[in-house]
Amino acid sequence: MFSYFLRRVILMLPVAFGVSVICFLLVQIAPGDPLTAIMPVDATADEQAAMRAIYGLDKPLPVQYAIWIGNLAQGDMGKSIATGRPVAGEVFGAVQNSLLLAASAAVIAFPIGIFLGFLAGYFRDTLLDRAVTAISIAGVSVPNYWLGIVLVIIFSVNLGWLPSMGAGPGGSQDWSWDWLHIRHLVLPAVTLAVVPIGIVARTVRALAGDLLTQDFVLALYAKGMSRGDVLRHVARNAAATALSVMGLQLGYLLGGSILIETVFNWPGSGFLLSNAIFQRDLPLLQGTILVLALFFVGMNLIVDVAQAAIDPRIKRS
Amino acid sequence: MTGNLVDIRNLNVRFTGARTVHAINDLTLTLKQGETLALLGESGSGKSVTLKTLLRLLPPKRTQIDGEIEVNGVDVLTLSGKKLQAYRGEEVSMVFQEPGLALDPVYTVGDQIAESVMRHKGVRKEEALSTALDMLRRVRIPSPERRLRNYPHELSGGMLQRVMIALALACRPRLLLADEPTTALDATVQIQILLLLRDLQREFGMGVIFVTHDIGVAVEVSERIAVMYAGQIVEEGTTREVIKDPRHPYTRGLLAANLHDAARGARLNAIPGAPPSLDTRPDACSFAPRCPLAEPACRAALPPVHVPSDRRRVACIHANAFVAAE
Repeated sequence: MFSYFLRRVILMLPVAFGVSVICFLLVQIAPGDPLTAIMPVDATADEQAAMRAIYGLDKPLPVQYAIWIGNLAQGDMGKSIATGRPVAGEVFGAVQNSLLLAASAAVIAFPIGIFLGFLAGYFRDTLLDRAVTAISIAGVSVPNYWLGIVLVIIFSVNLGWLPSMGAGPGGSQDWSWDWLHIRHLVLPAVTLAVVPIGIVARTVRALAGDLLTQDFVLALYAKGMSRGDVLRHVARNAAATALSVMGLQLGYLLGGSILIETVFNWPGSGFLLSNAIFQRDLPLLQGTILVLALFFVGMNLIVDVAQAAIDPRIKRS
Repeated sequence: MTGNLVDIRNLNVRFTGARTVHAINDLTLTLKQGETLALLGESGSGKSVTLKTLLRLLPPKRTQIDGEIEVNGVDVLTLSGKKLQAYRGEEVSMVFQEPGLALDPVYTVGDQIAESVMRHKGVRKEEALSTALDMLRRVRIPSPERRLRNYPHELSGGMLQRVMIALALACRPRLLLADEPTTALDATVQIQILLLLRDLQREFGMGVIFVTHDIGVAVEVSERIAVMYAGQIVEEGTTREVIKDPRHPYTRGLLAANLHDAARGARLNAIPGAPPSLDTRPDACSFAPRCPLAEPACRAALPPVHVPSDRRRVACIHANAFVAAE
């Protein structure tokens, strides 16, 4: 098991390298000059060149990349062009907030999705199954930013129960586990949970429905196992696949919550990313994308290792 | 109490749903303790359904079962809940056709055998695992200690079927149901499994109902043969009687279709036609449309059951005519 883990980690290195190159290059492809945003309109060519030199933008791309990656290795992700603050601090603060939001959405979505999916798979082709299918299709299809706005109208504007903006009272950025902060989390987390509920429910339904028709289920009943035992066996069989879907979903929740973070003014990575894009803040953009992408890669690693631990058919050699 | 291990009387099984299928029609069958019976018939004749009914494995919502089944004096059709769970696996157990599909792929074979032992004998895991190890030895699996910790995908088909047999016999059932246990295996492995089953049957003294479509296999393992056609038993007797003196035209057809004495280049004696669809309950001889000896009387009513001797029966109006002809 440990050697499998080690092998996966080693295999991850080239992926991480590729990710860093793409992050770096993608940003270069984007049109527009980051300096125009911060330089006065009447800056002379000399002044522009000087500014360029400060940010190292006058060097050839491979050199820029080497400098970037070298600094990165020391934990220095450069300074934001727009604010002048270190990128690392901005990114990690935002990623922490996003992680909090994504994890909360996952905690809501996965149990509900698994439960609904199992129910639908077990009672296949019944009214219950159709109801769950309808819920999950609706969950996947409804645009979640729209749903977010609707929830804000209902729970913030009309009922006034929950706040609609930010991650804490008075727009504070520091999270703490008290009701004042948690109530800010409720609406965005619920909104974000709707899509994964649908996806997890449909995956688990298909898995459970398929497994329950297999011979080994009949054989389990034939040797005197109870319904509970059989469901335990089915759950263990479904776990590996369900886990991989949930791992990917968690990745999407983290990086794909831009719209939700914008709707709710949540100070997360999506929010940061959209700001960075509009301000052509290259170091910030690169840093944010890189951290998110590496998180995705790490998530995949965890899922792969967990799958191998659960399902013996996944090769460990 | 009749002294029989298995007593099936007038069993009818009907599947309802989009299409109704009369899978078993008025089936009566007995098995004595320690006896091996081969249930012989082609696909769709109701062999497997009979076995699954004996273990109550058919989906209750889509199945209608009438008649009586007693196994060791227990009324099987009224069992439910814990009693049904105790009956399955402890009284009666089953070996499936495809061992690769009948074992759970994510548990070791040792755990799967032990699970059954723990459930029925109420012992702790270590003791159950040692029983599992003992069973693997009895089914002659080489290096059983190592195999105990193997997952199903790490074993070959023949090895898996041995595991399946070990699992089925771990709780010493009185009755073993074998659903074409050698069909999915290579020819060389088939004979090993057959011999193993025969030896274990003698060792454990259990009753066996062995479902097969292969006459050669039936002869190899069984003392008695019951030939099934369209959900009914058309002929029953000792293996010797049925092979030496087949009375039903269908049995004769099956024997004639056997490849063993076919001359090279000669046409094989296949039975013409296909089995009936069983959409409706048969009210005449089901075999009549394919039978070379069919008469109007065969198509008018169910054939009478001739009983030439004790526990020998033939459902055909010609049953006695064959004797006269020979």
